Amino acid sequence: MATMNMIQALNSALDVMLTRDANVLVFGEDVGYFGGVFRVTEGLQKKHGLTRCFDTPIGEAGIVAVAIGMGAYGLRPVVEIQFADYIYPAYDQIVSEAARIRYRSAGEFYVPLTIRTPYGGGIFGGQTHSQSPEALFTHVAGIKTVVPSSPYDAKGLLISAIEDNDPVIFLEPKRIYNGPFNGRHDQPVIPWSKHPASEVPEGHYKIPLGKASVVREGAQVTVLAYGTMVHVALEGVAEAGVDGEVIDLRSLVPVDIDTIVASVEKTGRCVIVHEATRTSGYGAELSALVQENCFFHLEAPIERVAGWDTPYPHAHEWAYFPGPSRVAEALRRTVEV
Amino acid sequence: MKNTPTLSLHIPEPEARPGDEASFDRSALPPAGSVPRPPTDVCATTIRDLSFSLIRVLDEDFKAVGPWNPRLSPDVMRSALRYMMMTRAYDERMYRAQRQGKTSFYMKSTGEEATNIAYAFALHRDDMCFPAYRQQGLLLARGYPMLTMMNQVYSNAHDPGKGRNLPVMYSSREHSFFTISGNLGTQFPQAVGWAMASAYKGDTRIAASWIGEGTTAEGDFHQAMNFAAVYRAPVILNVVNNQWAISSFQGIAGGEASTFASRAIGYGFPGLRVDGNDFLAVYAVAEWAAERARNNHGPTLVELYTYRGEGHSTSDDPSRYRPSDEWKAWPLGDPIERLKRHLIGLDEWSDEKHAALGQEMADLVRDTQKEAEAVGTLQGGEQPSPGTMFEDVFEETPWHIRRQRQQMGV
Repeated sequence: MATMNMIQALNSALDVMLTRDANVLVFGEDVGYFGGVFRVTEGLQKKHGLTRCFDTPIGEAGIVAVAIGMGAYGLRPVVEIQFADYIYPAYDQIVSEAARIRYRSAGEFYVPLTIRTPYGGGIFGGQTHSQSPEALFTHVAGIKTVVPSSPYDAKGLLISAIEDNDPVIFLEPKRIYNGPFNGRHDQPVIPWSKHPASEVPEGHYKIPLGKASVVREGAQVTVLAYGTMVHVALEGVAEAGVDGEVIDLRSLVPVDIDTIVASVEKTGRCVIVHEATRTSGYGAELSALVQENCFFHLEAPIERVAGWDTPYPHAHEWAYFPGPSRVAEALRRTVEV
Repeated sequence: MKNTPTLSLHIPEPEARPGDEASFDRSALPPAGSVPRPPTDVCATTIRDLSFSLIRVLDEDFKAVGPWNPRLSPDVMRSALRYMMMTRAYDERMYRAQRQGKTSFYMKSTGEEATNIAYAFALHRDDMCFPAYRQQGLLLARGYPMLTMMNQVYSNAHDPGKGRNLPVMYSSREHSFFTISGNLGTQFPQAVGWAMASAYKGDTRIAASWIGEGTTAEGDFHQAMNFAAVYRAPVILNVVNNQWAISSFQGIAGGEASTFASRAIGYGFPGLRVDGNDFLAVYAVAEWAAERARNNHGPTLVELYTYRGEGHSTSDDPSRYRPSDEWKAWPLGDPIERLKRHLIGLDEWSDEKHAALGQEMADLVRDTQKEAEAVGTLQGGEQPSPGTMFEDVFEETPWHIRRQRQQMGV
């Protein structure tokens, strides 16, 4: 075991996979010699060689397309899109190609591709460095979408994503790279080293895709969250003073319906929290799933706490960010019904 | 104030529209045999003029001349002729099947047969091809069963694609033929990635891809060019300039100001322009580019200068936007006719043998069609079971898709 922040845990996952499997390649903008703008690939080129971890032109569509071709050859590429906000030029290659190749070739070709990309706000990134585009991927048949919320999960989930034979969008909540930010932006962030989930095995281990984690057990209300919002949700539960059960989904597609249903059947109440804009966000899908599967157990309307339906603002970052007080408000409303 | 004219917007227009006399006066054609053949390890910057010329082997008398003559044996040329005629007969039959309502859609490759069949001969059998939707001849020439192609076109129970794709979107890993996409140009940078993987693994196989000249306007074309250049990928990037992208002439894609082959100059690798209706010239260029790639000298862009003899697809009516006799005016003729006349000139073929081969191909296609239709067409007969719709979305079917399949009761 070692103590790692999320960046170190992700780096360790890549290192383990580069060591274990000669078909694993890591590439993207600035990921080679420099080690990535967030340092996730630091030292990998030096350790594994130029052809295993290298820089690419600034061309996200090209990065993903080339990785698809490599996947068709039999490699297992792991690419970095520097910010999720930059992933849109690659959207056609992801949606029309990576997601569809197994289906359209009836299994003759497939794409074991992992696309890592830092996402989310809370870093004063303005509208082009703060977005949460997960719903653009969960809506597409043929790709998996994964979001870790701790160093331990990040490593185990990334290894699972790399070993998966289907394309995986791996969204890294960059606000919690260095510590479990709980939304209290006026307070110093506690580093990961003070958190039990920073205890990370140095070798190979996996967390299965499609398995959620109950990070706080509770009886009064279920809170569904992922990424940074897991920590914000915990803080919201504390602020509201309710006995909330907080579920970290970890994987959005496939989603762990059994864990969600078991919890909502127990609590009869559900609040969904995400940073992404509210309309047609992933929370809408979660809300529908809870309604379809747990209707007769529900004691209160399902609430969604989400980013406002505006582009992500710079100066008004904390007015936009769905922080613990907004979560707490929703929790109070829900338990009072 | 300066004395300048008012600005005017330029919209490119072709030389001839319906009712006009077909004309290709803009096409400057250097004589066959006049373009030099550089060594395959040549520095790209020294052969930029080749991007503006036209590599031709067969002259006006159908003789093979000049340094690009690949000196193929008569057996190989007869085999090439056979596959070009097979492809044309197949296209003819499938086009009619669509008109008879047996399938939804079809795309012919009439006039463009040499642009891909020559590659089946010049490349190794396991070199990976990333085709667009008009390279069916390549698949036939690699020995893929015509019956399976027809089953695909009919989306019947024997379609290996389980009836999921539009007709002509073939796929065959066994024949190193990548699954065809309907989205234009996406396969171009994928071919570069495959080639990079082959180089990374120390393999000997190379990749080739095809797009039309219209698709060079897509971003993926430029991504492919840049990545291929940066990583010196062992790949042949083919642009089939068949003059028409549905109803838009090649000037709309940017062919007025420069040639498509010349796009390679800015990226720093060879861009060769070749008579796409001359089987021997296409073969020679493919062989040159393959040797260059296989020896770690990197990519080549090839502009295959040809003419789309028929409509874009069965959904298109070219008489609405171009002269109906334009193909007859095409200065580079018909690839089948030219190879035939060449073989006859060598005393290796005859009109009688050609007519007999034509009949043999027509019979083959007719008999194969009967076999395919005995299984089923889009209209009826045996079709893939609806349950297969839910397969292959992922390697393992997740709960939500399983539940939807149960809901449908299949």
